[in-house]
Amino acid sequence: MAESLPFDETALVARAKAGDDLAFTELVAHYDRRIFRLAKHITQSDEDAEDVLQESFMKAYNNLENFQGNSKFYTWLVRIAVNESLMKLRKRKADRSVSLDEQLDTGEDTIVREIAVWEETPEQKYSQEEMRGILEQAIGSLEPIYRIVFQLRDVEELSTEETAEALGISVPAVKSRLLRARLQLREKLTRFFQRKGDDVFAYL
Amino acid sequence: MLTCKDFLRELSEFLDESLDPATKQELEQHVNDCPNCWVVMDTTKQTINVYKGMEPQEIPQDMHTKLMDALKKRIASGKCCDKPHPPATEPTAENS
Repeated sequence: MAESLPFDETALVARAKAGDDLAFTELVAHYDRRIFRLAKHITQSDEDAEDVLQESFMKAYNNLENFQGNSKFYTWLVRIAVNESLMKLRKRKADRSVSLDEQLDTGEDTIVREIAVWEETPEQKYSQEEMRGILEQAIGSLEPIYRIVFQLRDVEELSTEETAEALGISVPAVKSRLLRARLQLREKLTRFFQRKGDDVFAYL
Repeated sequence: MLTCKDFLRELSEFLDESLDPATKQELEQHVNDCPNCWVVMDTTKQTINVYKGMEPQEIPQDMHTKLMDALKKRIASGKCCDKPHPPATEPTAENS
């Protein structure tokens, strides 16, 4: 994660644990955007994401003394936010239960339809806002089990093991879902980013 | 001989560089000989990079204010008391 300002997570967490509430609010101000985005990507709802944002930081504050410092504070916070987000998602989709535990086939449905090279710098073809729109729409269109794993592994950059633990699923399940998520996103983004020429989808 | 399907199955771990050297070498050989798999590999890699490079947006000011107000209220109520008992599934402690 690129930081523009000096930010010492370990020192702030130590101060917060020692009762320095200002240090905790600094942690909140530093991570609120990322936690909101995480919650938004999982729940696909602004309203739910705002609730998750608030509830996650409250829980982190309430349970700060239980944080032992063996992993990064941010990873711990992500786990709290993922749990809160999943609760929202399950509540909203009570009729279509969102299961992270369901068994999947192994590797037979990794679909590759679009085989086209991309523009060398797709990010220059679109404004930052357009780019964000494309990326968010693509991730939002994945099934929850795929988008959550992708979000944790490739956006939040948790390790495979941390992701498995945060979601209560096995390491092989994380790996197989990540592969599918990546391939599905690749398909979706190829429509936007493939090199111009014999391409009918580029402007859809 | 590695098939395209074999390659795809290992693609994620290939990109994450978490394979043993022998498997890695086999996949490298395949991707050098197979233009389609090369494209899939390259565009998958770019897919990952483009998401990694996406900076989160600022949250709206009123949302930030509400969050900070709620937090200040919680802080003012003190640390010692009325701590809600978290459900068992919650990550109340990190893994050690």
